[in-house]
Amino acid sequence: MASRVLTDSRWIARGESRTSFSRFLLWLAPWTALLLVGIYAAFLCLYHGLNQTNMDNRFAFGLWIFLDLGIIALGAGAFFTGFLVYILKRVELKPILNTAVVVGFICYSGAVAILMIDVGQPLRAWFTFWHPNTHSMLTEVTFCISCYLLVLCLEYIPILLRNPQLRRLPSFLVFDHQLHRLIPVLAAVGAMLSFFHQGSLGGLYGVLRGRPFAFRSGILIWPSTFFLFILSAIASGPSFLMLVTAAVEKITGRKLVANEIFRRLALISGVLLGIYVAAKSIDTLIWLNITSPSEGFAPWQFYIHKPFGTPILFAEIVLFGLLPAFLLTFRATASRRGWLLCAAAMACAGVLLNRFVLTVQTLALPTLPFDDFLQYTPSWQEVASFAGVIAYGVIVYSLSYRYLPMFGSSKGEHADVSGN
Amino acid sequence: MSARYGMVIDLDRCIGCGSCMVACAAENNVPALQQATVRTGLTPIVVRTVSNGQEGAARRETFIPIMCMHCEHDTPCVKVCPQQAVEVDRATGIVMQMPQRCLGCRYCMTACPYHARYFNWWDPAWPAGMEKSLNPGIAVRMRGVVEKCNLCHARLHTAKEKAAAAAKREIDPTDYVPACVEACPTSAIHFGNLADANDPVAKESRSPEAFRLLARLGTEPKVYYKSKEAWVRDLAETNSAPRPEVKHG
Repeated sequence: MASRVLTDSRWIARGESRTSFSRFLLWLAPWTALLLVGIYAAFLCLYHGLNQTNMDNRFAFGLWIFLDLGIIALGAGAFFTGFLVYILKRVELKPILNTAVVVGFICYSGAVAILMIDVGQPLRAWFTFWHPNTHSMLTEVTFCISCYLLVLCLEYIPILLRNPQLRRLPSFLVFDHQLHRLIPVLAAVGAMLSFFHQGSLGGLYGVLRGRPFAFRSGILIWPSTFFLFILSAIASGPSFLMLVTAAVEKITGRKLVANEIFRRLALISGVLLGIYVAAKSIDTLIWLNITSPSEGFAPWQFYIHKPFGTPILFAEIVLFGLLPAFLLTFRATASRRGWLLCAAAMACAGVLLNRFVLTVQTLALPTLPFDDFLQYTPSWQEVASFAGVIAYGVIVYSLSYRYLPMFGSSKGEHADVSGN
Repeated sequence: MSARYGMVIDLDRCIGCGSCMVACAAENNVPALQQATVRTGLTPIVVRTVSNGQEGAARRETFIPIMCMHCEHDTPCVKVCPQQAVEVDRATGIVMQMPQRCLGCRYCMTACPYHARYFNWWDPAWPAGMEKSLNPGIAVRMRGVVEKCNLCHARLHTAKEKAAAAAKREIDPTDYVPACVEACPTSAIHFGNLADANDPVAKESRSPEAFRLLARLGTEPKVYYKSKEAWVRDLAETNSAPRPEVKHG
């Protein structure tokens, strides 16, 4: 046991103090158990087929697509922080870059893992690359997410190579050095890929003429949801980063990031959220008054089905949009940790609600004149598979926090805000 | 000359017997799954019952067979399939599904306004002995792929082979009739070439009693419905709420 502890401490960066190995294992145990349940549920879905879910021919997409779209939006903090640091030269955000990359890697790899269970024939996934339909938004999503996950892996490697034991290997040091020169390029490529796939995820539903609740007009081939998804993702990504960082600070009992960085993230998130709310409001008005009537549908009919009434629209735009935008933007509220985190949580809830409305509400609503309003409750296999992804995320993040430099040069109590 | 195969379904003649559904299942090797529900079963054509929502003497009901409408313009399922597993055959106008290329992502099902696409949630299976009655000309679809009505495309192949054997360039229209059309005991389903102005079905589709479901979406479906009853024709233009009572066939 003593030798194991000794070995473990060797993997922790010099000067950093971490909890004991046994306490760390105790922390990992429930998450590992949840991950195992998730793996078992995923196995059932892969082995027996998607009849293990409660999806059906009308509710062809369910919990998984909603949560996939949600976590990909929340994971946008990775590419957007990279974009801010390397492209817009906002070097003061550098201390949170590593944690942003790890959060992004977890979100994207988790989403891809769930997508692999969600398709009926996962072994045919390569068909999309071999026979791509360039008119399909899903083709764009597949290409961009695959490429961006590769970029995230490449961005994660330099963080991994900062581990003290791995740094002892000269070849890794050389590799790390070479890779570091590539990071700004990767960040630029990643930003471009991410802008596109966040948009095309929005376009997935926006192009559906057969689903008048989701269908939107737009610019050229892109429906308005394309741009709204990009905006909402880059607005909520920094908020999610703040929530994750605050949670880690609470759990570890350490101050990891300077307050100034939190305030900077809050301002970015708040301003972007404000722009998103304005754009979303204009889009909703255009849909209510032009798009939906021109398709022969009375738009308010989509809000008569409970619980999907107009309160959900109000919650999406005002309660989880406008309100957190104000709270995050104004210094008086953004400088108070409680208000700040509450606003960040509301911003994240808002983006999740938006993804829920576009995926689940769209499918629940009738299209044919004699269709029923549908209800769908996910099966335990669907819930467990996704819970497994959350557990996977916690485990990867915990391991990364313990053994890798996650918050810049976070020696001691405060993060380095100099950008070096 | 390119054809545009389509249908006109006379709803005043439909008695809701379900013969079309049975014939379709037998022709296309649709498995009889015990565990399937009305929402998870494979019904490339399904007869639905719709009422005018009234009670007592004012109550009226009609049956509406729903299948792939073979949309001609901006076909929703074709546009969204990420790997070109769905295509519109320009020679026939038939919207073709290629299960052997399907990933099972179900995006096409989400895109279809008619809910006429079905996912194979289970492995195909038949009660013991019933597999001997399978149609040898149709491949059984595997679990995890999407399928739908293809207007009994295999019958078109057979008709073409027959025409080729007789050294004819065009098929005899009587040689290509989908199974549901053939099975309907009241001849409610009429099938023909909408591109041929003299085809009886093309003429019928232009009748003032003919209408198409969700035609306002602009996807140009090639399945027409026909009824003398105004309330039935109004269904095509009705919004989804308030909705008439509905029962699945």
